[in-house]
Formats: sequence, C-alpha cells, structure tokens
Amino acid sequence: MAVKDYIRERFFPHIWCPGCGHGIVMNSLLRALGELGMSKNEIVMVSGIGCSARISGYLDFHTLHTLHGRALAFATGVKMSRPELNLIVPMGDGDALAIGGNHFIHAARRNIDLTAIVMNNRIYGMTGGQYSPLSGYGTMATTAPYTNIDHAFDTVELATAAGASFVARSTTYHVQQLTKILKQAILHEGFSVVEVLTQCPTYFGRKNRAGGAVEMMESYKKDTTSIGSKAKKENPDLIERGIFVQKELPEYCDEYDKVIERAKAKMPKE
Amino acid sequence: MRKENIKFIQGNEACVEGALYAGLDFFAGYPITPSTEIAELLSYRLPQKGGKFIQMEDEIASMCAIIGASLTGSKVMTATSGPGFSLMQEALGYAVMAEIPCVVVDVQRGGPSTGIPTHVSQGDVNQARWGTHGDHAIVTITASNHQDVFKTTVDAFNISETYRTPVILLYDEVVGHMRERLVVPKKGELPLVQRLRTSVKEGVDYHPYLPREDGRLPMSDFGAVHRYNVTGLFHDMWGFPSDNPDIVHGLLRHLVDKIQNNVNEITRYREYHLKDAEIVLVSYGSSARSANHVVVARRARGEKMGILELQTLWPFPYDLVREKCANAKYVVVVEMNMGQIMEEVRKAVDRPEKVFLANRIDGSFITPTDIRSILRLIQGKGV
Amino acid sequence: MGKPKLKAHIINPEWCKGCGICIHFCPKNVLELNDNDKVFPARPSDCICCKLCELRCPDLAIEIEIEQESQ
Repeated sequence: MAVKDYIRERFFPHIWCPGCGHGIVMNSLLRALGELGMSKNEIVMVSGIGCSARISGYLDFHTLHTLHGRALAFATGVKMSRPELNLIVPMGDGDALAIGGNHFIHAARRNIDLTAIVMNNRIYGMTGGQYSPLSGYGTMATTAPYTNIDHAFDTVELATAAGASFVARSTTYHVQQLTKILKQAILHEGFSVVEVLTQCPTYFGRKNRAGGAVEMMESYKKDTTSIGSKAKKENPDLIERGIFVQKELPEYCDEYDKVIERAKAKMPKE
Repeated sequence: MRKENIKFIQGNEACVEGALYAGLDFFAGYPITPSTEIAELLSYRLPQKGGKFIQMEDEIASMCAIIGASLTGSKVMTATSGPGFSLMQEALGYAVMAEIPCVVVDVQRGGPSTGIPTHVSQGDVNQARWGTHGDHAIVTITASNHQDVFKTTVDAFNISETYRTPVILLYDEVVGHMRERLVVPKKGELPLVQRLRTSVKEGVDYHPYLPREDGRLPMSDFGAVHRYNVTGLFHDMWGFPSDNPDIVHGLLRHLVDKIQNNVNEITRYREYHLKDAEIVLVSYGSSARSANHVVVARRARGEKMGILELQTLWPFPYDLVREKCANAKYVVVVEMNMGQIMEEVRKAVDRPEKVFLANRIDGSFITPTDIRSILRLIQGKGV
Repeated sequence: MGKPKLKAHIINPEWCKGCGICIHFCPKNVLELNDNDKVFPARPSDCICCKLCELRCPDLAIEIEIEQESQ
C-alpha cells in the first residue's frame, strides 16, 4: 500500500511543528509498513502521551492513545489476548523511559512481541520544553534554567540489559536506514526497540542553540556513525547507528500458549 | 453422588469461581495481601480453560493491561487491595472515560498507606467513588457472604458489559479470607450478559461512542473490521480528541447519566425484618454479618429491629435507603471505617439526626457485642 | 532500464509547513521556498529522482512522480 493509504487524511496537516522529527519517523514507518505489505486491520498502534503519542490519531489502524508512560502495559494486554495482531508502540523519550521506564524494562524482559519506537527528541515537547532523562548533562530546558545536572542513560544499553531481543538506533536524517530497521523490528518476533534521534527544533533546538530542523538533522549526520566503524574507533564520542541486538528468543505469548497446554494436560478428568 | 457442586472455600476463591462462571478470559494482577489468592487461583485456573493470566510489574501495569485486553473482546479482571487500588486510579479513570468494560476487585484492608495488611477495614468506600480525578460516576458492589460474592461477581461482569463501564468489587479481608460454603450455580442458572458487538458492516462508518436507542454502546474488537481511536481525552463519537464545549459537556453528562439514570437496575441489596422496624441497621460487607446476628437475636426477644444490607454502594441508592428507613426511629450504620456510608445514609433519610454510627476502626472485626454496646448508648441505656 | 525520469513534483501547499528540510538536503538544489513560504521546484530539470525530499518530509507534503517506462 502507498503511504497515503495508511493515514487518516482528514486530520492533515498534522499538529507537529514545522520541521518536527516525529513527522519524519511517521513517514519512515509508513514506508516500512507499505514495503512489508501489512494490512491495516492487523495493526494495533498503542501510544502514550506527548507529541510522539499523537502519531496514532493520524494513522488508519486500530489506535489506542493511552496514559503517559503506560503504552507498553496496555499493549501487553492487547497482545496477550490477541497474539496474532501486530503491535506497534511509538513513545516519546520521557514517555518510554521516565514515567514508562518500569514498563519498558519489563516488556523487554518478557520478550513479548511488540515493536517499541522511542522517538527521542531529548525533551518534553508537548508541555513546553522541560528536560527528560535523555536530555543530557549541561543542556538547557525550562525546568533546568541553570543547565541540567542529570546525566542521560543510553537507550540501547538499557534495552539490551533489560533483555530486549532486537535493539536498534537510527535518526531522522538517515531515513533509508530507519525504514529498513523499522521493517526488521516489526518482523522480529520478540520485543523490538528502535530508538530514533529526532529533532524538536521548537524547544530543544531553541533552548540549546542547536538551530532549526535542518541544523539538528545535520548534527545527526555529523555526530553519528555505523556500529563499529573506523570513525567510531577514532572518535568514541560518536553515537552508533544500526542494529545492536538481534536474537531469536522464546516469545512471551508463545511461551504462554505452552502454559495453557500444560494446564490443560493437568486438568482432572471429569 | 451429590448433584450440587459444593465447595468450602475462601471468599477470594468464591470471587474466582464467579469470574470464571461469568466468562473471564484475561486477568492481569500483582500480589497484595489480602487479595493475592485471587491471582494465585486464576494463574492456575485460567489457562486450564484457554484464558490468559499475567503477573504484571505493578498494579498500574495490571490495570492498563486489562484495559488493552478488554478492547480485543476479552472479559477482564484484576484484583488488589488499598495501596494497589490507589495506584490503579489513573487507569481506572481511563476505563471510565473510554467506556471499557472491566472488573476491579479491591479486598479492603486497614489503611491508609501500608496500614495493616492482614486485618480488615472498609476504608476504601469513598476512594472507590472518588479515587480517580474529575467528575465521573462509578459502579461499586460488595457482599457479605460467599454465595453473594459469587453472585455479585457475576453481576459485576454483567453490569460492566451492559453499561460499558468499569465495576469495582469492594470486598474486605474478612470475607476474602474466611472459609464458608459455596454452592456453585449450574451453567445457565445465572444470566450472563455478553459483549455487545456492533452490527455495522465493514466499510460502513462505525461510531464506537454513539449509543443505540436503548442506550447501549455496541463495541468492535481491536483486530476486527472497524478501525477507530480510543483515548482518555474528551472525544467525539468516533473516538477522536475534541475540546469543543458541546462535545465535552455531552460526553461528561453521558458518562455520569448512564450510571446515575440506572440506579434501580444497578442496585442490589438484602433486607430482613424491615417492615415494622423501629431501629434499622444499615450495613454491608463483613460488617453486615455481625449486624444481622444482632437483628436476629433482638427480634427473637421481640424488639422491632431490621437490617438493610447494601450490596451496591455506588451509585448510592438514596431513594431505596430513604424508603426503607422512613419509619425507623433510629438508623444505625454498621461499618469498619469512620462513617463513610453513614454520611450517605444521612443524606438519604428524612431526619439526618436519627442516623448513628456503630463502627470499629482498629483492624479488628466488628462483633455483635461491639454493635450491642453502641446500640445501648444510642438507646440511652448506658454501657 | 534507464535512470528514472521525473514526471512531476507533487506538492501539497496545505500540508507543507515551509520547514526547509527538503530544500536543504536536495543533492541537486532543485527546491526553493516561494513567497508563501511553501516549497516549489525551482530547477525541476536538475532533479535526479532520488526521492530524499519525499522520504524526509515530516508532513508527507511532497511526492516525486516518476515517468513510466514506455514498452
């Protein structure tokens, strides 16, 4: 299907700011779904709260716009009761890793077949530019007017440590890589995490003099590199892009089906 | 061989039996005293009938997971106690706003905070009514004995499906943990309300939030032919967010009216010896067991005492209570909290000054002796 | 099978927010903003149909239509 076939056209143009990276993530995601040939009725999109979460309203799937941080918990209920559905869970960085941090690590630990897309713009955009756990030491935000003293963690390392069986990272500059990675993440049977570095020119960009959308995307080009590249060895500060983890592990719903078999086998005969 | 299926079990297990009878498909929960047995039993029983059980990482996740599962067409439940019930409030409000059928069991223990995990109270009554933020209506039901625990559990699922609303089962530690006889009704003996699904065909515009003429809201399972949006924001009849004042007003009124306008259909209660009663005891949950004991003993001595045992606490049946207490000289509310239902009874009756409280709030079960001492004070007979 | 030939830049001015991403990242400098701050193809003949503008647009506002190969 074409990109436009997947959208709820009557709601466009969308509310995201000019140059917002989330729009690019949406674009790449729709291309991934189109290339996979997925049908709309088999997709359930569960989002949290924030600018990233608004993506679900614009797309013509079964869409569940939930509570801040809780998308993965809702998605777990949907997936467990209907494992044949395809669950895509777009979340913001604060949404997924601050208030949602606990649900994130447990969904990863369970290896339940959900595709978590962490749209990391290092800020709480919808509420006006407060810092998030991914903002980083020394950045400016409305709640860090004397610079942020919180260090960020590394989403890829966190997901990996929590047991996610597919972990990847790309950026809104690297759209072709992003589409490829999203396709693999969706196909992967297990918990997939795709972190996307995406720009919030309106808040993060302005507050941190990082420029507009174009400058921020140029920085994604300049400050990232492929996993294990020569450039990374020469400059360890570069952020790696690509697929970090891709393992075949027992999926949670499949394991529960075996529980059902065991339970039925043990039932007393009438 | 006995034809009846008789068990000697805890109240928590009676609740499990009721839920399975009603067609429970999915349970997500977190251990907390004194409700843990519900989770343990369902982890064992649900997969036996192909249902799904998951122990989530906390109560918030449990409430969220059951909402997600309900949207795929499953009958869902979670179970907790005070501290967990506090955690679930935000998601409970989501289920209210998005009109999602689900059953939430709170087996009350002493509170506030960690309180007294293995001891009884009935302190969560007002929290069940107002725990989640914003104007809203909620259905809350309780029971005092296992046969009624079973029946009210089935009722909870039925009411949940009929009105597309969460229903809170507010039991307490005494009923939850005590052992009593339960006769499990046969299949078909108690009526069940199934999920009402839309008859709108594929390709035709489906409105998830447009009531039918009879007021019911047909649902469509996630994964089926209709794709729509579900959100906790105020929304139009397609489920898309709106801040239009007419839509906001209309939806809020609808959420409240669909419960408040059906108080009679939702109200469940028991009454004994009320017809000529001069003293009416109003009670619920395990307190009602002791209250009932007092009524039986006093009647045997010729005193005109009766009991109104409430099972539906919210929406509070003001008209019923006014009617049943109309001829009483005294109304004594028996409960294990600081007068949460007493306040509602005061609002209901013709003369609030005739309403008294017989309570116990130290974690111990309120006994007939406790009630009798308070009755003597009220009746002016001294200690 | 030759190089893809451009048929048209299909631009939706209602959806375009003039963010400038497509303009900046076009390898052939084909695009510019018009007086209404919407993108337009200033040098369409330079277009190599790489479609990076279409892929990077946050608003789905630009589409590259390719000439169909004749038999």
